[in-house]
Amino acid sequence: MGFLFSAYSAIWIILALYLYSIHSREKKLRSEVERLKQLLESKKDKL
Amino acid sequence: MTDQKRQAAFDSILGVLVLVAMVAALYMAFLQAPREKTMGDLQRIFYFHVPSAVMGILAFAVNFGASVMFLIKKDRRWDNLALSAGEIGVVFMSIVLITGPIWAKPVWFVWWTWSPRLTSSLILWMLYVAYLLIRTYVPDPGRRAMVSAVFGIIAFVDAPIVWFSIRWWRDIHPSPMLETGGLSPAMRPAFYVCVAAFLTLFLYVVRRRYFLESARHEVELLERKIF
Repeated sequence: MGFLFSAYSAIWIILALYLYSIHSREKKLRSEVERLKQLLESKKDKL
Repeated sequence: MTDQKRQAAFDSILGVLVLVAMVAALYMAFLQAPREKTMGDLQRIFYFHVPSAVMGILAFAVNFGASVMFLIKKDRRWDNLALSAGEIGVVFMSIVLITGPIWAKPVWFVWWTWSPRLTSSLILWMLYVAYLLIRTYVPDPGRRAMVSAVFGIIAFVDAPIVWFSIRWWRDIHPSPMLETGGLSPAMRPAFYVCVAAFLTLFLYVVRRRYFLESARHEVELLERKIF
């Protein structure tokens, strides 16, 4: 039973960590896109 | 409804579907499938180990196809898909390479043996880890996409070797159970549900990872416009 538990724990931990990494990278990029868009707008306004 | 909102709605539906499918897979693997006579409950590792291997190979096949398409079309979107599939393939193969030895220890009495199936699987995993590392070392996006497309095509040569290794050579690894009838009819529904669940998970993750890479591309374009 210990081996079975270890195997399924490993599967769920790997999948959870990977999904979390995608989510956090998405969040970071989204805010980066917003920041750059605002920067671009402000540059356009100055011109 | 805007495209972005439609995509978000579709992602939510797909996410719920993945959750339901994974719960169904767990139910089938632990409660519906009968207990195996010789290995006992340990055999239940098989229901998640094999679908992970299938999704790993599928991901590398998508990487191969997208790499070929990138070289033909020179369209960045194919490179985004290739990268997404390559990364996801590494995740699924990592699951295979961790759960395999956990199953092997009580059955073979060793964690690892250099059999054709195990060795070729480890090489496949290492090749795609190298694929991901190469991408981080090439700064120019166009060159990076080109180099990794060529590497992805070459790396895929190992995938059929992994798949057919247990047919081509004598191996300690169990033979293909569906073809040889090693999987009893009572166990098959659980196996098919688990494969279907992993397939929905695969589609969901590829989609999310692809949009992440597209957003990164958007950032690169904006940075070029600004600086």
